[in-house]
Amino acid sequence: MTTPSTEDKTLDTAAQVQQELSERFPDAIMPDTREGYTGFIVKPEKLLEVARAVKEMGFDYLSNAAAVDYVDDGKLEMVYHVYSVRHEAGPVVFKAQVPRDGEPTLPSLVSVWPGADFQEREAWDLMGIRFEGHPNLKRILLWEGFHGHPLRKDWHEPYYEADTKPFKSRHPNGKRYRAEEGNPFGRNVQYPPGFSPDDWTPEADAALYAGIGISHLPADGDEDIRTERIVVNMGPQHPSTHGVFRMIVTLNGETVEDLEPVMGYLHRNHEKIGERNTYLQNMPYTDRLDYITSMSNNLAYAITVEKLIGAEVPERAEWLRVLMVELTRIVNHIWAIGFLLNDLGAFYTPALYAMNERELVLDVFEATAGSRMMCNYMRFGGVVRDLPARLRTVKTVANEVSEKIRDYDMMEFLEKLIRERLPRAVDELDRYLTGSEIVIERLQGVGILPPDMAIAYSASGPVLRASGVPYDVRRADGYSIYDELDWDVAVRYNGDAYDRYLLRLDECRQSLRILDQVLDGLRETEGQPIFQGKPSEKIKPPPGEVYGRAENPKGELGFYIVSNGTPNPWRYHIRAPSFINLTALSEMCKGHKVADIVAILGSIDIVLGEVDR
Amino acid sequence: MYGLGIFKGLGVTLKHFIRTYLEDLRWLGRRYTNPAAFPVRQGVEARGAFTVQYPEEKLAVPERFRFVPFLLVNGPDDPERPDMIRCTACGICAKNCPPQCIWIKRDKVDNPATGRKATIPVEFYIDIDLCMNCGICAEVCPFDAIKMDHYYELANYDRFANHILDLERLKKPASYWEQIAPTLAEEERKAREAKAASKKKK
Repeated sequence: MTTPSTEDKTLDTAAQVQQELSERFPDAIMPDTREGYTGFIVKPEKLLEVARAVKEMGFDYLSNAAAVDYVDDGKLEMVYHVYSVRHEAGPVVFKAQVPRDGEPTLPSLVSVWPGADFQEREAWDLMGIRFEGHPNLKRILLWEGFHGHPLRKDWHEPYYEADTKPFKSRHPNGKRYRAEEGNPFGRNVQYPPGFSPDDWTPEADAALYAGIGISHLPADGDEDIRTERIVVNMGPQHPSTHGVFRMIVTLNGETVEDLEPVMGYLHRNHEKIGERNTYLQNMPYTDRLDYITSMSNNLAYAITVEKLIGAEVPERAEWLRVLMVELTRIVNHIWAIGFLLNDLGAFYTPALYAMNERELVLDVFEATAGSRMMCNYMRFGGVVRDLPARLRTVKTVANEVSEKIRDYDMMEFLEKLIRERLPRAVDELDRYLTGSEIVIERLQGVGILPPDMAIAYSASGPVLRASGVPYDVRRADGYSIYDELDWDVAVRYNGDAYDRYLLRLDECRQSLRILDQVLDGLRETEGQPIFQGKPSEKIKPPPGEVYGRAENPKGELGFYIVSNGTPNPWRYHIRAPSFINLTALSEMCKGHKVADIVAILGSIDIVLGEVDR
Repeated sequence: MYGLGIFKGLGVTLKHFIRTYLEDLRWLGRRYTNPAAFPVRQGVEARGAFTVQYPEEKLAVPERFRFVPFLLVNGPDDPERPDMIRCTACGICAKNCPPQCIWIKRDKVDNPATGRKATIPVEFYIDIDLCMNCGICAEVCPFDAIKMDHYYELANYDRFANHILDLERLKKPASYWEQIAPTLAEEERKAREAKAASKKKK
């Protein structure tokens, strides 16, 4: 447990940190004077020292590390956002720049914040920055034989049309073509000169299996039982990995000695798509990150862009946002619990009970936003529509729907749902599973993540809070109207899979507490505007950078956006919670049995749409 | 006692199981055929099994449901563009479409009602393989000319022939929109009339 010790002095603000650091490293630090930018720029050769100093000052949580390509200046830039979890302070923002030609290299910060691991690998993969001292620097989302670094501004896919939308071929003289016609299968791959895919052997992939070579050697262990090391490839097509996710597990007998997650099977370069889109066009794309919690993704993106353009949100819109986001949280948590049990072998019954309740929440989403999962509901400065007066389905010729329609009063429906049905469902799940001996045997003491490690590995959300760290972005940043509401940050202290399960139940109850207040707020603000000013699809933020984050059900979802004053973002980076939560997976699994990996992965609760982006 | 937790859990499962049959008794076995049973089964009061027997039984969708856009064609009594497509081919939808699945070719034709030229789309394509049903086209359209449909059963045997909707397949009468989304259509009509009235005053 990380209670601040008594000798801890109050933490310095970001400005003080910068002041102190520039005194200590007078020639290594330069304030970032570009318009709209914050923080300071560190010389690459001093980056590691400065980072250590920042950490010593109490900033223990590396929230985000993103690479930006400033092609016109010939520079690549790595941006770090560091917070203090103990003091709920931050962010300290610092950057390091390298020339983009040749082999851009920066010192790795994994030794300071182990949570930088995957984020630096991502920066190497997509932006081509090498990190000296990184323990395992290889591509993470793309395959090892991939040519080039696709997030660089001068990288184009084959048959690419234009850098920014809207495309000229659409209007006023639209020339229609099929996606396949512009991108013929079999010929849509670029190879570097002299490369033949048939002769190529993936070295890194082979290295993953190198353990097989040693499997015949006797492993340490009981002398009476001869055990062997063996490398097992779990996934990507495995029902317990919640999608296409692969783990390469080195086993000694049945005990996990090492585990390496391999991901990227669902990679679509969401960030490059985002940089071609306009700001509004990105909104529906955020739905598809973590597709269980699209409302929360919408909110995180909306508050980030609102920060950038300085938009105000009217009160009723805030209530509506919190309503949607907290309903999403409950849906996500009961879903996560259901599927955790599915992974443990309780085949689908708990998952279906969870989905049962989810269905009712999705009815509300569908009637309000128009879609069950891909909600596309938030806008910069409000929400797209108010709640309808009635939750009503219409009898139409479309789909040849019969007489069976539903018609409820929306507020009554919500009231019954929030004050009666959902609390009952959460209690029932509690009664159903918490005391079950099987659940206890399978989860207690499995996948323990100690608090210090949870912070160091940049874990967030339920994974962090179940390890005894009461850190919640809703409380730390107080975005939207969470400051005015009465709720507690749920926290559990053992850091095992069982506590992560219990914490999700706790959070459901806290969300219900919030929702109870939201109902009153909605009644009071009935009929008030849901949007500040006139909705506009033309958004041109001033040049600058912004980092916005929100507490998603899975953890801290952050957006780092760089605007250059055009309608399209120059850089659109996502700090994906389930991606970064996986950094600690390997450590959590070591020493456990194979079957426990499944339970641990289920207790982290990942969605591959967000992991792979 | 060891095992008590499991029994408690099994009790919950049993309760769910029994409730399904109690519901059957309550509706005298007509749980799936009685229209009055339907909103109860699919609402907050639902007990027991929650399933819908698709495709024999289908959930109707709410008004705001969005699935693939269509273009509205005015009725004969429209003052400005009677029996004409509402779309003026301004291209706002095509420009704002996130996956860029709209292609428009613009041209001018005579409008017999006003005697002036009217701009219309001579070609309008939506590639529904690309369309992500976000509804932004309908949201930004200043003429209420493009709306989101409710028709979600789009599976067919030939995607090359059927997945790019052309003007003929996109056109639907404005009365269809009033039928599938009565409240929204009414709101929009009022907004249009208010706009026209304020224009006249000027």
